[in-house]
Amino acid sequence: MHDVNPESLSSPWSGGTLPFATGSKKLGMWLFIASDTLTFSALLVAYTYSRLSNPDWPRPFPFSPSILYSTVMTIVLLASSLTMVMGVRAGTRGDRAAVVKWILATMAGGLLFVGLHLREWMHLIDEGLRPGSNPWGGSPLFGAVFFGVTGLHMTHVLIGVIYLGIIAIGTGRGKFTAEDIEVSGLYWHFVDLVWMFVFPLVYLMSVQYK
Amino acid sequence: MSNHTEGANVHPEIPAKTFAWVWICLVFITGIEVYLAYIELEPTLMLGILLGLSLIKAALIMAWFMHLKYEKFSLTLMLVPSILFCIAMMAVYIFWDAVRLARMRSL
Repeated sequence: MHDVNPESLSSPWSGGTLPFATGSKKLGMWLFIASDTLTFSALLVAYTYSRLSNPDWPRPFPFSPSILYSTVMTIVLLASSLTMVMGVRAGTRGDRAAVVKWILATMAGGLLFVGLHLREWMHLIDEGLRPGSNPWGGSPLFGAVFFGVTGLHMTHVLIGVIYLGIIAIGTGRGKFTAEDIEVSGLYWHFVDLVWMFVFPLVYLMSVQYK
Repeated sequence: MSNHTEGANVHPEIPAKTFAWVWICLVFITGIEVYLAYIELEPTLMLGILLGLSLIKAALIMAWFMHLKYEKFSLTLMLVPSILFCIAMMAVYIFWDAVRLARMRSL
Protein backbone atom coordinates (compact mmCIF):
# COMPACT_ATOMS: atom_id res chain seq x y z
CA MET A 1 0.00 0.00 0.00
CA HIS A 2 1.67 3.23 1.12
CA ASP A 3 4.83 3.92 3.09
CA VAL A 4 4.17 5.16 6.57
CA ASN A 5 6.05 8.25 7.69
CA PRO A 6 7.92 7.28 10.88
CA GLU A 7 6.96 10.57 12.51
CA SER A 8 3.28 9.71 12.18
CA LEU A 9 3.87 6.61 14.31
CA SER A 10 4.24 8.72 17.44
CA SER A 11 0.54 8.21 17.98
CA PRO A 12 -1.92 5.92 16.22
CA TRP A 13 -4.18 8.98 15.87
CA SER A 14 -1.73 11.23 14.02
CA GLY A 15 -2.79 9.86 10.67
CA GLY A 16 -1.29 7.51 8.12
CA THR A 17 -1.92 4.44 10.25
CA LEU A 18 -4.88 2.22 10.97
CA PRO A 19 -5.85 3.13 14.55
CA PHE A 20 -8.03 0.05 15.01
CA ALA A 21 -5.64 -2.16 13.02
CA THR A 22 -8.53 -3.17 10.76
CA GLY A 23 -9.08 -2.49 7.09
CA SER A 24 -11.58 0.20 6.15
CA LYS A 25 -14.13 -2.39 4.94
CA LYS A 26 -14.20 -4.14 8.30
CA LEU A 27 -14.41 -0.86 10.20
CA GLY A 28 -17.21 0.25 7.87
CA MET A 29 -19.17 -2.93 8.51
CA TRP A 30 -18.75 -2.49 12.27
CA LEU A 31 -20.10 1.06 12.03
CA PHE A 32 -23.07 -0.16 9.99
CA ILE A 33 -23.69 -2.85 12.62
CA ALA A 34 -23.61 -0.22 15.38
CA SER A 35 -26.25 1.87 13.61
CA ASP A 36 -28.41 -1.14 12.74
CA THR A 37 -28.20 -2.28 16.37
CA LEU A 38 -29.81 1.00 17.37
CA THR A 39 -32.58 0.55 14.77
CA PHE A 40 -33.48 -2.85 16.20
CA SER A 41 -33.02 -1.59 19.77
CA ALA A 42 -35.53 1.21 19.17
CA LEU A 43 -38.09 -1.27 17.82
CA LEU A 44 -37.54 -3.75 20.64
CA VAL A 45 -37.60 -1.08 23.36
CA ALA A 46 -40.89 0.29 21.96
CA TYR A 47 -42.21 -3.28 21.91
CA THR A 48 -41.09 -3.85 25.51
CA TYR A 49 -43.02 -0.75 26.57
CA SER A 50 -46.25 -2.07 25.02
CA ARG A 51 -45.60 -5.58 26.26
CA LEU A 52 -45.04 -4.64 29.92
CA SER A 53 -47.73 -1.97 30.10
CA ASN A 54 -50.48 -4.22 28.71
CA PRO A 55 -51.53 -6.91 31.18
CA ASP A 56 -53.86 -8.20 28.43
CA TRP A 57 -51.01 -8.75 25.96
CA PRO A 58 -52.01 -11.76 23.82
CA ARG A 59 -50.21 -15.02 24.56
CA PRO A 60 -50.94 -16.93 21.39
CA PHE A 61 -47.98 -19.34 21.34
CA PRO A 62 -48.59 -22.71 23.02
CA PHE A 63 -45.31 -24.25 24.25
CA SER A 64 -45.90 -27.14 21.90
CA PRO A 65 -45.82 -26.72 18.95
CA SER A 66 -45.25 -22.93 18.54
CA ILE A 67 -42.36 -22.36 20.98
CA LEU A 68 -40.65 -25.62 20.01
CA TYR A 69 -41.03 -24.64 16.34
CA SER A 70 -39.38 -21.25 16.89
CA THR A 71 -36.67 -22.94 19.00
CA VAL A 72 -35.83 -25.09 15.97
CA MET A 73 -35.66 -21.90 13.87
CA THR A 74 -33.26 -20.41 16.44
CA ILE A 75 -31.01 -23.47 16.34
CA VAL A 76 -30.99 -23.43 12.52
CA LEU A 77 -29.85 -19.79 12.55
CA LEU A 78 -27.25 -20.49 15.24
CA ALA A 79 -25.94 -23.43 13.21
CA SER A 80 -25.59 -21.19 10.15
CA SER A 81 -23.41 -18.88 12.27
CA LEU A 82 -21.14 -21.82 13.10
CA THR A 83 -20.76 -22.75 9.40
CA MET A 84 -20.01 -19.08 8.65
CA VAL A 85 -17.25 -19.05 11.27
CA MET A 86 -15.74 -22.13 9.63
CA GLY A 87 -15.94 -20.37 6.25
CA VAL A 88 -14.08 -17.32 7.57
CA ARG A 89 -11.52 -19.63 9.11
CA ALA A 90 -11.00 -21.40 5.77
CA GLY A 91 -10.60 -17.93 4.24
CA THR A 92 -7.68 -17.04 6.53
CA ARG A 93 -6.01 -20.31 5.43
CA GLY A 94 -6.61 -19.30 1.79
CA ASP A 95 -8.63 -22.48 1.13
CA ARG A 96 -11.10 -21.10 -1.44
CA ALA A 97 -12.95 -24.34 -2.14
CA ALA A 98 -13.67 -24.80 1.56
CA VAL A 99 -14.84 -21.18 1.86
CA VAL A 100 -17.39 -21.69 -0.93
CA LYS A 101 -18.59 -24.96 0.64
CA TRP A 102 -19.06 -23.44 4.11
CA ILE A 103 -20.76 -20.31 2.74
CA LEU A 104 -23.18 -22.45 0.71
CA ALA A 105 -24.02 -24.34 3.93
CA THR A 106 -24.59 -20.99 5.67
CA MET A 107 -26.89 -19.84 2.87
CA ALA A 108 -28.83 -23.11 3.11
CA GLY A 109 -29.29 -22.48 6.85
CA GLY A 110 -30.49 -18.94 6.16
CA LEU A 111 -32.96 -20.10 3.51
CA LEU A 112 -34.26 -22.87 5.77
CA PHE A 113 -34.79 -20.28 8.52
CA VAL A 114 -36.73 -18.00 6.15
CA GLY A 115 -38.77 -20.96 4.88
CA LEU A 116 -39.76 -22.05 8.39
CA HIS A 117 -40.48 -18.44 9.34
CA LEU A 118 -42.73 -17.82 6.31
CA ARG A 119 -44.63 -21.03 7.05
CA GLU A 120 -45.25 -19.69 10.56
CA TRP A 121 -46.33 -16.29 9.18
CA MET A 122 -48.84 -17.98 6.84
CA HIS A 123 -50.23 -19.98 9.73
CA LEU A 124 -50.72 -16.85 11.87
CA ILE A 125 -52.25 -14.91 8.94
CA ASP A 126 -54.68 -17.82 8.43
CA GLU A 127 -55.62 -17.58 12.09
CA GLY A 128 -56.53 -13.92 11.44
CA LEU A 129 -53.47 -12.03 12.73
CA ARG A 130 -53.14 -8.61 11.05
CA PRO A 131 -50.85 -5.60 11.77
CA GLY A 132 -53.78 -3.77 13.40
CA SER A 133 -55.75 -6.57 15.02
CA ASN A 134 -55.55 -10.08 16.34
CA PRO A 135 -58.11 -12.85 16.66
CA TRP A 136 -57.33 -13.62 20.34
CA GLY A 137 -58.40 -10.31 21.94
CA GLY A 138 -56.15 -8.11 24.09
CA SER A 139 -53.77 -5.49 22.74
CA PRO A 140 -54.11 -4.96 18.97
CA LEU A 141 -50.42 -4.03 18.85
CA PHE A 142 -49.32 -7.67 18.85
CA GLY A 143 -49.66 -8.03 15.06
CA ALA A 144 -47.84 -4.76 14.35
CA VAL A 145 -44.94 -5.80 16.58
CA PHE A 146 -44.81 -9.37 15.35
CA PHE A 147 -44.85 -8.57 11.63
CA GLY A 148 -42.73 -5.43 12.06
CA VAL A 149 -39.87 -6.86 14.09
CA THR A 150 -39.73 -10.36 12.60
CA GLY A 151 -40.32 -8.94 9.09
CA LEU A 152 -37.40 -6.53 9.38
CA HIS A 153 -35.24 -9.35 10.71
CA MET A 154 -36.30 -11.69 7.90
CA THR A 155 -35.41 -8.96 5.38
CA HIS A 156 -31.93 -8.84 6.93
CA VAL A 157 -31.60 -12.63 6.58
CA LEU A 158 -32.66 -12.50 2.91
CA ILE A 159 -30.23 -9.66 2.16
CA GLY A 160 -27.57 -11.71 3.98
CA VAL A 161 -28.26 -14.75 1.77
CA ILE A 162 -27.86 -12.57 -1.36
CA TYR A 163 -24.69 -10.96 0.06
CA LEU A 164 -23.21 -14.38 0.87
CA GLY A 165 -24.15 -15.63 -2.61
CA ILE A 166 -22.15 -12.79 -4.16
CA ILE A 167 -19.22 -13.53 -1.82
CA ALA A 168 -19.36 -17.26 -2.63
CA ILE A 169 -19.36 -16.67 -6.41
CA GLY A 170 -16.59 -14.05 -6.15
CA THR A 171 -14.47 -16.22 -3.87
CA GLY A 172 -14.83 -19.14 -6.28
CA ARG A 173 -13.45 -16.86 -9.02
CA GLY A 174 -10.64 -15.63 -6.75
CA LYS A 175 -11.93 -12.05 -6.61
CA PHE A 176 -12.23 -11.59 -2.86
CA THR A 177 -9.69 -11.46 -0.04
CA ALA A 178 -9.93 -13.14 3.36
CA GLU A 179 -11.00 -9.76 4.74
CA ASP A 180 -14.01 -9.56 2.37
CA ILE A 181 -15.15 -12.98 3.59
CA GLU A 182 -14.67 -11.96 7.22
CA VAL A 183 -16.70 -8.77 6.68
CA SER A 184 -19.61 -10.77 5.22
CA GLY A 185 -19.30 -13.02 8.28
CA LEU A 186 -19.67 -9.99 10.57
CA TYR A 187 -22.97 -9.13 8.88
CA TRP A 188 -24.25 -12.71 9.15
CA HIS A 189 -23.37 -13.02 12.85
CA PHE A 190 -25.07 -9.70 13.50
CA VAL A 191 -28.31 -11.01 11.98
CA ASP A 192 -27.98 -14.04 14.27
CA LEU A 193 -27.29 -11.76 17.26
CA VAL A 194 -30.48 -9.75 16.61
CA TRP A 195 -32.52 -12.95 16.61
CA MET A 196 -31.04 -13.76 20.05
CA PHE A 197 -33.13 -10.79 21.29
CA VAL A 198 -36.18 -11.18 19.02
CA PHE A 199 -36.70 -14.82 20.00
CA PRO A 200 -36.97 -14.32 23.79
CA LEU A 201 -38.76 -10.97 23.60
CA VAL A 202 -41.36 -11.69 20.91
CA TYR A 203 -41.81 -15.46 21.30
CA LEU A 204 -40.94 -16.51 24.85
CA MET A 205 -42.70 -13.46 26.37
CA SER A 206 -45.89 -14.51 24.49
CA VAL A 207 -46.00 -18.17 25.49
CA GLN A 208 -49.51 -19.38 26.27
CA TYR A 209 -49.90 -20.21 29.96
CA LYS A 210 -52.02 -23.23 30.78
CA MET B 1 8.41 0.50 8.48
CA SER B 2 7.30 -2.05 5.93
CA ASN B 3 4.16 -1.69 3.86
CA HIS B 4 1.08 -3.22 5.29
CA THR B 5 -1.29 -5.23 3.20
CA GLU B 6 -5.02 -4.65 2.90
CA GLY B 7 -6.62 -5.21 6.32
CA ALA B 8 -3.33 -5.28 8.18
CA ASN B 9 -4.71 -7.50 10.94
CA VAL B 10 -3.37 -11.03 11.05
CA HIS B 11 -5.51 -13.17 13.29
CA PRO B 12 -3.93 -16.14 14.98
CA GLU B 13 -5.53 -19.33 13.72
CA ILE B 14 -8.36 -19.99 16.17
CA PRO B 15 -9.00 -23.72 16.71
CA ALA B 16 -12.33 -25.02 15.41
CA LYS B 17 -12.88 -26.62 18.82
CA THR B 18 -13.09 -23.16 20.44
CA PHE B 19 -15.92 -22.18 18.09
CA ALA B 20 -17.69 -25.47 18.69
CA TRP B 21 -17.60 -24.82 22.46
CA VAL B 22 -18.94 -21.29 22.06
CA TRP B 23 -21.72 -22.69 19.89
CA ILE B 24 -22.62 -25.32 22.48
CA CYS B 25 -22.80 -22.58 25.15
CA LEU B 26 -25.14 -20.57 22.92
CA VAL B 27 -27.45 -23.54 22.38
CA PHE B 28 -27.35 -24.34 26.11
CA ILE B 29 -28.37 -20.77 27.08
CA THR B 30 -31.15 -20.92 24.48
CA GLY B 31 -32.29 -24.12 26.18
CA ILE B 32 -32.44 -22.33 29.57
CA GLU B 33 -34.52 -19.54 28.02
CA VAL B 34 -36.99 -21.99 26.51
CA TYR B 35 -37.23 -23.78 29.88
CA LEU B 36 -38.11 -20.43 31.54
CA ALA B 37 -41.02 -20.09 29.11
CA TYR B 38 -42.12 -23.60 30.07
CA ILE B 39 -42.25 -22.92 33.83
CA GLU B 40 -44.39 -19.75 33.49
CA LEU B 41 -42.79 -16.78 35.27
CA GLU B 42 -44.25 -13.36 36.05
CA PRO B 43 -43.58 -11.05 32.99
CA THR B 44 -41.23 -8.44 34.58
CA LEU B 45 -39.05 -11.10 36.23
CA MET B 46 -39.10 -13.19 33.05
CA LEU B 47 -38.05 -10.16 30.97
CA GLY B 48 -35.16 -9.39 33.32
CA ILE B 49 -33.76 -12.92 33.23
CA LEU B 50 -34.25 -13.27 29.46
CA LEU B 51 -32.47 -9.99 28.76
CA GLY B 52 -29.57 -10.96 31.04
CA LEU B 53 -29.15 -14.31 29.28
CA SER B 54 -29.47 -12.71 25.83
CA LEU B 55 -26.76 -10.18 26.71
CA ILE B 56 -24.45 -13.08 27.60
CA LYS B 57 -25.27 -14.68 24.23
CA ALA B 58 -24.62 -11.40 22.42
CA ALA B 59 -21.26 -11.07 24.20
CA LEU B 60 -20.28 -14.64 23.20
CA ILE B 61 -21.21 -14.01 19.55
CA MET B 62 -19.37 -10.69 19.42
CA ALA B 63 -16.24 -11.88 21.24
CA TRP B 64 -15.66 -15.14 19.35
CA PHE B 65 -17.83 -15.38 16.20
CA MET B 66 -17.29 -11.71 15.33
CA HIS B 67 -13.62 -11.88 16.44
CA LEU B 68 -13.86 -8.81 18.68
CA LYS B 69 -11.72 -10.62 21.28
CA TYR B 70 -8.92 -10.84 18.73
CA GLU B 71 -9.13 -7.22 17.53
CA LYS B 72 -7.44 -4.25 19.14
CA PHE B 73 -9.24 -3.39 22.37
CA SER B 74 -9.82 0.17 21.10
CA LEU B 75 -12.38 -1.19 18.60
CA THR B 76 -14.41 -2.77 21.42
CA LEU B 77 -14.12 0.46 23.40
CA MET B 78 -15.48 2.47 20.49
CA LEU B 79 -18.42 0.16 19.78
CA VAL B 80 -19.73 -1.48 22.94
CA PRO B 81 -20.02 1.23 25.65
CA SER B 82 -21.69 3.74 23.31
CA ILE B 83 -24.31 1.24 22.11
CA LEU B 84 -25.01 0.02 25.65
CA PHE B 85 -25.38 3.64 26.80
CA CYS B 86 -27.91 4.43 24.04
CA ILE B 87 -29.96 1.32 24.79
CA ALA B 88 -29.88 2.08 28.52
CA MET B 89 -31.14 5.61 27.77
CA MET B 90 -34.05 4.22 25.77
CA ALA B 91 -34.88 1.66 28.47
CA VAL B 92 -34.79 4.27 31.27
CA TYR B 93 -37.24 6.42 29.33
CA ILE B 94 -39.92 3.73 29.19
CA PHE B 95 -39.45 1.12 31.88
CA TRP B 96 -41.01 2.62 35.01
CA ASP B 97 -43.93 4.11 33.15
CA ALA B 98 -44.64 0.71 31.58
CA VAL B 99 -44.69 -0.88 35.04
CA ARG B 100 -46.98 1.92 36.37
CA LEU B 101 -49.43 1.47 33.47
CA ALA B 102 -49.45 -2.30 33.94
CA ARG B 103 -50.38 -1.88 37.63
CA MET B 104 -53.13 0.66 36.82
CA ARG B 105 -54.60 -1.56 34.13
CA SER B 106 -54.62 -4.74 36.16
CA LEU B 107 -56.50 -3.19 39.11
